[in-house]
Amino acid sequence: MADIAFLLLIFFLVTTTMDVDTGLLRRLPPIPDKSQKVEDTKVNKRNVLAVLVNAQDRLLVNGEPTDISQLRAKAKEFVANATDSPNLPERELKNIEGVGNVMVSKGVVSLQNDRGTSYQMYIKVQNELIAAYNEVQDEYAMQHFGKKFVALYDDEQEMVKKVYPQRISEAEPKNIGGN
Amino acid sequence: MANFGRKKKGGMPAISTASLPDVVFMLLFFFMVSTTMRKGEVLVKTILPEATEYAKLERKSLVSYIYIGSPIKAYQAKFGTEPRIQLNDTYKSLNDIRDFIASEREARDEADRQYMTTSLKVDKDTRMGIVTDVKQELRKVSALKINYSTRKAL
Repeated sequence: MADIAFLLLIFFLVTTTMDVDTGLLRRLPPIPDKSQKVEDTKVNKRNVLAVLVNAQDRLLVNGEPTDISQLRAKAKEFVANATDSPNLPERELKNIEGVGNVMVSKGVVSLQNDRGTSYQMYIKVQNELIAAYNEVQDEYAMQHFGKKFVALYDDEQEMVKKVYPQRISEAEPKNIGGN
Repeated sequence: MANFGRKKKGGMPAISTASLPDVVFMLLFFFMVSTTMRKGEVLVKTILPEATEYAKLERKSLVSYIYIGSPIKAYQAKFGTEPRIQLNDTYKSLNDIRDFIASEREARDEADRQYMTTSLKVDKDTRMGIVTDVKQELRKVSALKINYSTRKAL
């Protein structure tokens, strides 16, 4: 009896894979309606952090060649805009329930990649951008609630998300660098 | 003969193994319940990229998987090494994604359809071109919730 059970046990032990699927959750933008007139949404240049990745996996952040290791710091500076500098995104006063009046940044991170960019690089860039947002949100949560973002209650998390909304937009695909 | 039935005195009595089968069965049931057998085989090589800001994918039953990568060794003679898309158990083309998503939606409860996620399991050496095409196709069928499957960075 016990032998058979042992045999089965070992079989299931070996075949079990208990890995949880993890990944970067993103939301794709819906396809714009064709009948709808394309509004000329001119965004002020200071409100955009343009991140370009070319086919050689090189980065261009707001026109400057950047190494991937610097991207997080740059994105963080852009998202937080602690000094309210005129080069960083505008902020507008918003009333958020539970927090009160806060300055919310209008900044948008615009990510554009080439068809030749490697997937590895693309994920690295996405990861760094999400990390920047997460760090800023964490710092805010630390200041206002004395806890890390993940330790907050759901409603508090929502508040923090409203103060620092994660805006990563991906441009319509373009083929610049060939293949 | 005489000392056959004599009991030893002193020392530790042997631990009773009568409950061993119970313990083993308990473990067995635990593993049986927690096991998920791999559905079908993966026909493409997918070594996932690493990331640190990952989130856990919840409600696995609402997740559909799209694999992208170069065919595994056994199929390279037939299909070459160019990255391919795998849906269910076969190599498919871009145009099949529409039907795939439709059938996945059909298989789920109506109330749950809005929570459906598409998990992209893409090999790290793939070029973005094919991924972008897949993303565009997903946008067209408004399957907007996606997940770039990654490994935990150590």
